[in-house]
Amino acid sequence: MRTAGIVAIAVFRESVRDKVFYNLVLFAVLLVGASILIGQLTAGQDVKIIKDLGLSATSVFGIFIAIFVGISVVSKEVDRRSVYPLLAKPISRSQLIAGKYAGLLLTLLVNMAVMTIALYGVLYFLARGVPENVQHAWDTPALDPALLKAIALIYVDVAVVTAVALFFSSYSSPMLSAVFTLGVYVVGQFNADLKRFDQIVNAPAAIYLAKAAYYVLPDFGRFDVKLAVVHGIPVPAGYIAASALYALAYIAALLFGAMAIFSRRDFK
Amino acid sequence: MTPVPPAPGLKTRPTDDTDRVFGPGDNAGRASGPGDDAGPTSGPGDNAGRVFRSGGRAVTFGAAVLCLGAAVGVRAAGDRWAPAPDVDVPGLLYVRSPTVARRAVLGYAGTAADVYWIRTLQHFGQERLSPPGHVRTYALLYPLLDLTTTLDPYFSIAYRFGAIFLGEPFPDGPGRPDLAIALLQKGLAAQPAKWQYMQDLGFVYYWHLRDYTAAADAFRRASEMPGAPNWLRPLAAVTLAEGGHRSASRAMWEQLAQAEEEWLRSSATLRLAQLDAMDVMEAWRRARTAGLRPAVPLDPSGTPFEVDPATGDLVVSKASHLFPMPGQIQVPR
Repeated sequence: MRTAGIVAIAVFRESVRDKVFYNLVLFAVLLVGASILIGQLTAGQDVKIIKDLGLSATSVFGIFIAIFVGISVVSKEVDRRSVYPLLAKPISRSQLIAGKYAGLLLTLLVNMAVMTIALYGVLYFLARGVPENVQHAWDTPALDPALLKAIALIYVDVAVVTAVALFFSSYSSPMLSAVFTLGVYVVGQFNADLKRFDQIVNAPAAIYLAKAAYYVLPDFGRFDVKLAVVHGIPVPAGYIAASALYALAYIAALLFGAMAIFSRRDFK
Repeated sequence: MTPVPPAPGLKTRPTDDTDRVFGPGDNAGRASGPGDDAGPTSGPGDNAGRVFRSGGRAVTFGAAVLCLGAAVGVRAAGDRWAPAPDVDVPGLLYVRSPTVARRAVLGYAGTAADVYWIRTLQHFGQERLSPPGHVRTYALLYPLLDLTTTLDPYFSIAYRFGAIFLGEPFPDGPGRPDLAIALLQKGLAAQPAKWQYMQDLGFVYYWHLRDYTAAADAFRRASEMPGAPNWLRPLAAVTLAEGGHRSASRAMWEQLAQAEEEWLRSSATLRLAQLDAMDVMEAWRRARTAGLRPAVPLDPSGTPFEVDPATGDLVVSKASHLFPMPGQIQVPR
């Protein structure tokens, strides 16, 4: 556990060195810029649009970091041959994978925490000075704590994507890993459709295959509660807990798979 | 590796690239720094390489900036002296199917809906404020609203403002109250308890279609929804009275006269008196049509009616407490 922790800290430091956090500047510019422009472009929907934009940007930046940092975290060690001295130390391959994953999660956590603070900051400035009767007409208050539910599920979503990226990068090249991860992410968005495949196809084999894919592929649509939160539609704690549990099981499966593959990998 | 000592009589060349910069008096062909002799080891190929690496980099960058400046200048001059012909290009919607759009945006439907909503506002404004030569079609208005509300089915403003835009008569709008109704019904399908959509539906029936029965029905249904304001029920009754459905309106007002709220009770009393006045006015008209010459009666508030010189019918006096009667302030057609 301690060894994996050391690896995680190293991964986090490497992310800082690789200027991964520069995306935060882009995020801040995007939000501040949008908050200035939106008032000119819309008919009094500024807060709703900033919430949508903030949550979407948090998700997009998180997904990009998860994919592009996730796919390189193992392959970089192999390409630079730093994996040899690393594995010569008292550290197992499984610990290395677990540590790398934890480091990525830490990077994403810090990134998303800063984005959340920035989003609330922009919303605070946007709502400041708006008369109370106008604020009453909004679906939800500007500084709605329920936004945190959406952000929490975005983090869970990104954690699954990171696990997928790490899984593919444990045996494939970074380029192919990126394509595979992106593919799984896109397919995972349409996962719910696979369940209803029998409504459009009559072949039993195809229906069973679709049903199997429905259960095996990750359901990324499950982690998307952005619209509900923005419109003040209640998201029960049970739903969040069930989604987190589902993600945990899926992440564990992917990490164990990555560990199994990586432990048998020949670095010659 | 041990460095090889220089041959006797030869000067050493600096190895650091940063030292290889042009001095102020350098010739273009010279690559070495001031006072630097080209030793026998440096051939013409080396010079060319050095030019590209050091001073050449600055020249290339300068050339890039110069070319960009030229491009900006040419564009500005073109805009001023040779502007593009002012072609009235119709608006274009790349994705028309809301279902496809919803799939294509993955999990970012909210932001995509915002983008389409901004486009809707721009399209409506652009068409409405277009110069006289432009044929206003508002062709993209409903498709854009349909896309917006499919991407975000809870986007209240898109339904409510959208219905207003769609119902607006031509040329200030497309004059499509049917589409306004369709949009609001789509909103009600997504949020059946949203009384505001039902109220807006009543407004479209009332204002654009002059269907008072349907309008009153919509207002009544809106008033029965959770959280609806209590002025919606009187609105339904007034609408019925305006549409000539006095008995239905009276039944509704008699019910409202039992309400807990004082303002609603006094409003109901006034409206019932107005309905009584309408009965008197109608009876007087019938008597006149039958060839009788009845005396001008008092209205239920005790003020004498007046005779409209244009039609010969009774009207409520402006001095009466009953003025204005429902429908007395005419809505523009």
